[in-house]
Amino acid sequence: MIKSLTLPDPDRDHIVGSTEGLIKLLEYGDYECPFCGETYAIIKEIQRRLGDDLLFGFRNFPLTNIHPYAEHAAEAAEAAGAQGNFWGMHDLLFENQGALEDDDLAAYAAELGLDETRLIREVTSDVYAPRIREDFKSGVRAGVNGTPTFFINGERYDGTRDLEHLLNALTPQSA
Amino acid sequence: MNTTTRNPGPRSVLGPGTQAPDFTLRCTPDQSVSLSEFRGQPVVLAFYPADWSPVCGDQMALYNEMLDEFQEFQAELVGISVDGAWCHGAFAKQNKLHFPLLADFEPKGAIARAYGVYDEKDGTCERALFVINPDGIIHWSYVSPIGINPGANGILSALEDLKVQRGTTVAT
Repeated sequence: MIKSLTLPDPDRDHIVGSTEGLIKLLEYGDYECPFCGETYAIIKEIQRRLGDDLLFGFRNFPLTNIHPYAEHAAEAAEAAGAQGNFWGMHDLLFENQGALEDDDLAAYAAELGLDETRLIREVTSDVYAPRIREDFKSGVRAGVNGTPTFFINGERYDGTRDLEHLLNALTPQSA
Repeated sequence: MNTTTRNPGPRSVLGPGTQAPDFTLRCTPDQSVSLSEFRGQPVVLAFYPADWSPVCGDQMALYNEMLDEFQEFQAELVGISVDGAWCHGAFAKQNKLHFPLLADFEPKGAIARAYGVYDEKDGTCERALFVINPDGIIHWSYVSPIGINPGANGILSALEDLKVQRGTTVAT
């Protein structure tokens, strides 16, 4: 069950950063979406700058008709998460958006030292599809209208997705 | 965050309680769809300005991912713009859309006008949503600022509300 549609939930979501962090950022994203790919590097920089002040969470919002590899990519991240390395797979997927076929997913699992046979078996049998659908539905109810959509402390961010604007929105007191 | 500012406009958008004007529009060069065909089930009408414009793509792409959710309410989704059937066909193919796009093409924008969502200045439909009940009465309508993809939350809320309301009606 999802506690909040717009805040990262440490008990359910994949999170990184400190749960004590005052700034809460939630992304609804799609691993095959080029705009999500562009924003990925910006989020990395934001994480580096804000450190423990930031709690970042990611939920899946794959647009599977226009992005045929997005669903399996999302499932691969979840499967990697089940083996303890969601974020490693998350990073590799965004860094290699042009190579998201099942063979590529297996190679990334191997690169991360995960059990690639298990990962591919889980991906091809849609073990994590219900969870991804739950992410997607929560996004729709939260008002997600495309990818990526960000929520800062529970409020949808509709501004420009560059480092400066995002940082300003995340740390308004320093603006 | 307030992104739901109403478009100031002289037109009057048809609102709840109004009979939804019937129409018959082409969805492909040789097939047509009439609103009255869907009597007995809810209908979601999504007017949008144009095929191929980036925001529209997102909006239709989003709805395309939600057909299962609409189906849970037995609701039919149709998109409507002033683009012709051939254009719709190419757009739907490119985006792998699995719901009909209707061509409000000849006379141009006539149905959008009937619903009060034709933008005379640009010659396109506004970005407007209608949820029509199984009796053909408008249950909910919403006009989004033209550059803002309204998402689907409002549609789902309206369909839920309709379901509850009709459940109550049947029970009493």
